[in-house]
Amino acid sequence: MSEPIKRKPTKLVPVPSTNKIPERDINKAPILECRHLGIDFGGLTAVNDFDMAIGRTEIAGLIGPNGAGKTTVFNLLTKVYQPTRGTILLDGVDTHPMNSVQVSRHGIARTFQNIRLFGNLSVEDNVKVGLHNQVRYGMVQGILRLPGYWKKEKLAHESAMELLSIFGMQDLADHQAGSLPYGAQRRLEIVRALATNPSLLLLDEPAAGMNPSETAELMENIVKIRDTFHIAVLLIEHDMSLVMGICEGICVLNFGEIIAKGTPDEIKNDPQVIEAYLGKKREV
Amino acid sequence: MVFFSYLISGISLGSVYAIIALGYTMVYGIAKMLNFAHGDVIMVGGYISFCAISYLSLPPAVAVLLAMVVCTVLGVLIEGLAYRPLRQAGSLAVLITAIGVSYFLQNAAQLIWGVTPKIYTSVVSFRLPNSLTRLGLSSEALVTVLSCVVIMVALTTFVNKTKMGKAMRACSEDKGAAQLMGINVNATISMTFAIGSALAAIAGVLLCSAYTTLLPTTGSMPGIKAFTAAVFGGIGSIPGAFVGGLLLGIIESMAKAYISTDLANAIVFAVLIVVLLVKPTGLLGKYVPEKV
Amino acid sequence: MKKLSGLKKTTKVDFATYLGVTLAFLIVYYRLQRGGLTNAMTSWLVPVCCFIVMAVSLNLVVGISGELSLGHAGFMSVGAFSGVVAGMSLRGAIPFTPVRLVVAILVGALFAAVAGVIVGVPVLRLRGDYLAIVTLAFGQIIKDLINCLLVGYDSKGLHIIFNLGKKTVADLHLEEGGVAIIKGAQGAVGIQKMSSFLAGYVLVMVTLVIVLNLIRSRTGRAIMAIRDNRIAAESVGINVTKYKMIAFVTSAALAGAAGALYGLNYGSLVSSRFDFNTSILVLVYVVLGGLGNIWGSVIGATVLYILPEALRQFADYRMLFYAIVLILVMLATNNPHLQQLAGTVAERFRGKKPARAGEGGQSHE
Repeated sequence: MSEPIKRKPTKLVPVPSTNKIPERDINKAPILECRHLGIDFGGLTAVNDFDMAIGRTEIAGLIGPNGAGKTTVFNLLTKVYQPTRGTILLDGVDTHPMNSVQVSRHGIARTFQNIRLFGNLSVEDNVKVGLHNQVRYGMVQGILRLPGYWKKEKLAHESAMELLSIFGMQDLADHQAGSLPYGAQRRLEIVRALATNPSLLLLDEPAAGMNPSETAELMENIVKIRDTFHIAVLLIEHDMSLVMGICEGICVLNFGEIIAKGTPDEIKNDPQVIEAYLGKKREV
Repeated sequence: MVFFSYLISGISLGSVYAIIALGYTMVYGIAKMLNFAHGDVIMVGGYISFCAISYLSLPPAVAVLLAMVVCTVLGVLIEGLAYRPLRQAGSLAVLITAIGVSYFLQNAAQLIWGVTPKIYTSVVSFRLPNSLTRLGLSSEALVTVLSCVVIMVALTTFVNKTKMGKAMRACSEDKGAAQLMGINVNATISMTFAIGSALAAIAGVLLCSAYTTLLPTTGSMPGIKAFTAAVFGGIGSIPGAFVGGLLLGIIESMAKAYISTDLANAIVFAVLIVVLLVKPTGLLGKYVPEKV
Repeated sequence: MKKLSGLKKTTKVDFATYLGVTLAFLIVYYRLQRGGLTNAMTSWLVPVCCFIVMAVSLNLVVGISGELSLGHAGFMSVGAFSGVVAGMSLRGAIPFTPVRLVVAILVGALFAAVAGVIVGVPVLRLRGDYLAIVTLAFGQIIKDLINCLLVGYDSKGLHIIFNLGKKTVADLHLEEGGVAIIKGAQGAVGIQKMSSFLAGYVLVMVTLVIVLNLIRSRTGRAIMAIRDNRIAAESVGINVTKYKMIAFVTSAALAGAAGALYGLNYGSLVSSRFDFNTSILVLVYVVLGGLGNIWGSVIGATVLYILPEALRQFADYRMLFYAIVLILVMLATNNPHLQQLAGTVAERFRGKKPARAGEGGQSHE
């Protein structure tokens, strides 16, 4: 991507929701809607014609073989890359003019496949950085330590502790984030993302490197997060027990294109999905 | 005609910058470090050739060769003693060490050769016919430009055609993978320093031949400017160093002639800033996107 | 409960820093009053304070914000010359010297901050080594521009011309009784010395309060988050350019204040005193004091300023010795075996069992 790609303006056509969303969310507008989303890197089309809608409190899954373009979709949603084609509607608002920071302020939070914590900061400070736009005070107030500073810092501390308690990580608050064990780092990334008060949480392989019991615990926690904060979750995951266990809608990506969409049961039996994962059955 | 003579002095100055910049750019490309001591190796090259000519009365060609040998050994020693132990350390630690080495060389030179400037006799002994000198072309300028072109061609051939050159390119892409393929990374980096330092010696001789005074600090300003030239052309790129050096020399010469002698350096640096803002990786640098 | 002790830890470090600086000041001040210092030592006092401020402010950029700057002395230079001009030209308006000194320092800080904005806007778009080389370039440009400056004042106010050719002080057309302050390449001359050790101490304390409080606030956390991981910082909604700029400009302003104090400590001042080597010197204080470690910068600046001065009796060998010490310290502090050893010792000392080794030093992009 040597130079910024000029995006062709897409006409917004009123299309019905691009996939089924859960019954309970059906009467509300979806939190996220992608229409014909696509991006090219040079001559390579990494994602093409990506259509998806996510309900307000849905847990959705994005799966596919390695290199299918799943993380690229996340990068498009969070504007790490600007899409070449298509539209992203976040709560009905087109995110085309927004950058990463504005998208975050509009309610998308994410974690990263290769963990990206603020390694030299403490666990608590990592969460407080996540609270950056929630608990605000000016630079001068901070330098002079005016009353507002103490009040807001107290608030930030309390909120951070409350968020850390989701994963029972209060005791780790003073540890340096970079020195935490792997699993705790993944959990901390989720807590930090939650601190931004999102309406849509993107989790990029949250269970990577976790053992089955940790994964089971994570599954419970993802559901708990959804139920507590009433937010939508979109996750990329290779662990099928997690995806099939908690996702209500699943979208399968292969070579940058959607090959199947549906409920876990539908996906499990989809011949195209099986082919993408296991290869074509040889003719006998 | 006046313009032409400024152009020639610019090209000749630029050729010296280009030769020094090659050293910077090769070391940066492979070791990913800013070798701030490189400018001082130039100075050492100047002093060695000066001593060889003035005290030992050696012929200029032998003196240049001697300077190259001494600088090569010096460069390899510096790399082995000061930089190699820091291969795993952060870039700032290496930078500070390089600054330490630079101080060391300057002060050692001051102890050995004193602070009074040495008057350097040009190593170029032939004279050009008057028809050419009237155009502003000096024999030193001619030799400088020719050496630069020869070095440039030789180095490009070396890097692209030889096994060692291939090893260098491999190391600059990925040291770990290169090592797994059986390339001796340490030897390759030493080799890079050796070549860079030998070039610095040549640059020292040419620089002193053109400007005739030699001080322990002679190398620092040309060093900084050559580094600028390397960044200007795109650091890590050999043709970039050549283009950057030449352009920088010409800009400096023109700024001195037509704007202000005092501001010539400022103008050179201002052009660098503008280039980096338009093309953040320099004129011929590669853009490597960050992976998320 | 654990949290409380944690909060205390950074607060403790900060207070220890304030206390240490104050104690050192009191001891030295007492000896100064009693005449217990040699002339040479007395002459170090103000510069040491200035370089502490320089080191602490550079640490804000290099250690806290994680951007390598090689042109910090440029801001000191801007502060020094604007401070000197303010200090001298306001002689009539503000007769009381300490107040004039404060005003001069503020003017120096303001001008340096403006320079910081001008430099920062283009520079902060670049990354890593490119940013370093551009700050270096700006440092050189600032030095050269000041070399072309002619400034004087008379009853009509300030006269400033920019000398591109052969202009001299006479071209300022000063009235009788007017004084030329900056004479181009000759620099500023005839400066009234106003700086004092007390002023130096106050400036150091103000700098420490600003920088330490900034680091422990929302703004500082955002700056450090960007240093640790720019993409993650953007993903939580932090405006990267804004916070890098805050760090850069604050640092420039503090360097300007230090420059003003420094400039008003001497009878004359040339811009080559703030060249590339000065920037590097301050960077060495910061790196040896520890990146991101504020009290480390204070100690680094103090020791490394005094060391070469105190070694003057070894005359010719002192800088050679300094260079060797510098290289050896860098090699030793980055030696994995020594780091492991230091880590183990530190953990034992605290009564914990040794944790991950080889963690020492901060990562730097």
